[in-house]
Amino acid sequence: MSDKEKKQGTEISRRSFIKGVGTGTVAATVVPTILVGDEKTAEAQTDQATTNAEIQLNINGKLYEIEVESRTTLLTVLRDGIDTNGNNVDLTGAKLICDKGECGGCTILVDDKPVYACMMLAMDAQGKQITTVEGIANGDELHPVQEAFIKHDAMMCGFCTPGFVVSSVALLNENKKPTLEEIKDGLSGNTCRCGTYPFIFDAVETASDKM
Amino acid sequence: MDNFSYVNATDLEQVTSLLTDNGWGEVMVVAGGTDLLGELKEYIETPKTLINLKSLPGMDSISMDTTGITIGALTTVADIANHPTIQQRYTVLAQAASSVATPQIRNVGTLGGNLCQRPRCWYYRDETVNCLKKGGDTCYAVDGLSKYHAILGGDPVFIVHPSDIAPALIALGASIKIVGPEGEKTIKVEEFFTLPATNPFRENVLQPNEIVVEVHVPQPKQGTKSFYLKAREKGAPDFALASVAGVFEMAGKTCQNASIVLGGVAPAPWRSTEAENILSGKLINETVSNNAGASAVKDAQPLNDNAYKVTLTQNLISRTAMMAVS
Repeated sequence: MSDKEKKQGTEISRRSFIKGVGTGTVAATVVPTILVGDEKTAEAQTDQATTNAEIQLNINGKLYEIEVESRTTLLTVLRDGIDTNGNNVDLTGAKLICDKGECGGCTILVDDKPVYACMMLAMDAQGKQITTVEGIANGDELHPVQEAFIKHDAMMCGFCTPGFVVSSVALLNENKKPTLEEIKDGLSGNTCRCGTYPFIFDAVETASDKM
Repeated sequence: MDNFSYVNATDLEQVTSLLTDNGWGEVMVVAGGTDLLGELKEYIETPKTLINLKSLPGMDSISMDTTGITIGALTTVADIANHPTIQQRYTVLAQAASSVATPQIRNVGTLGGNLCQRPRCWYYRDETVNCLKKGGDTCYAVDGLSKYHAILGGDPVFIVHPSDIAPALIALGASIKIVGPEGEKTIKVEEFFTLPATNPFRENVLQPNEIVVEVHVPQPKQGTKSFYLKAREKGAPDFALASVAGVFEMAGKTCQNASIVLGGVAPAPWRSTEAENILSGKLINETVSNNAGASAVKDAQPLNDNAYKVTLTQNLISRTAMMAVS
């Protein structure tokens, strides 16, 4: 095991620490080292083929150096990634729910367009501008969409909310004054199992008036 | 999902030579990945190497000349749906593209991937089921749950082809360019897709060392109207229960020539020559439209759970035809 791997293996993330406190065990909960390749062998050595790589990602305007496997999705990096300095990326706004590109809980912006982070390989996100729900607000000042979601109480359990916020921002960036039909279409890649759709649509209408 | 080697494609020669000696499944190509990653996560495919086609230069654009439009295989579904000329003159194609999945998928999924995507059949997509499509000896839809399966052309595999774009391209008379180690060839999109009677394991004529590089759509004649109608189980995005791509060369209310291609009802996009023959050369009215719809499904052989598709398809066709005169 290299020094770097050792470091990643014993790092305590904020979430695992909280998890540990919650169950009454404050011992060093080990972060799953999902990004450290167990197949670092030289299999299938085709031209420039790579099973692991150190990549650079621009997330919310900040550059991260991260070692990933070829199969690592962008969502895995955002939520569970550890950069080469041993810091957790820890952007858990994008949710892992269906993991098959259907529910919209992991919606993020890649070069300003909404995409599912669970269906994009981290390696494919190199050189692109990645924006997660954590990067939507301007410092402490909430985005009009976020303000409107609060005003209209556009959530029940809230699990789908980050995805809906990101999709709403993407929609309003493209179309400043969408009709109700256009709002429904723009948000059609997101699912709310609590069924708060009418409040979400109201929130987008309110936000569109403020943008 | 198992790990794999990831290779960035540099040119077509490199891609076809990497594919050449490895048969199906060992080395695969990926573009948007919205279909393939799902297959990898479910262990339907377990390739050792993936070739990333997105790094190929110049294959993601739409160009136009007097003969029609040419769309690179790496063009996203969203770029096709939002293209002003396609919306205006190739309406059926824009409508079909905008009916694909969700905004998030359309922003990533490509034309080539949409045409080469694998079926959504729940037996095929279940890792634990070794169905006929995956080399087993049974198509479980025949005696099992068959709500979303084929009513036409099914035997011996009753999947339906999931593409919305393919029926639209076929109705417009498009052709597709394929590159392999021997060079390139161009065939009609209609001839690209195959039925399970020909090959139960694949949905098209591509060989393991060939890839799709572009599609050319001839310019529709003046006065052409075209529409894509898609029935889904609910309002939200989904694959088609049944869909109709209709292209009508109109002179007033008379249809000089009709192309009717169905999606969601057969293992390949399904041209209905019966409906086309009834509509072509006729003054379009409700009777003619209804007859066209009925003729298209007269040979349908529904399974246990999908007889509803017969009526649905019939009505979609007659509605599409009526749109040409309204």
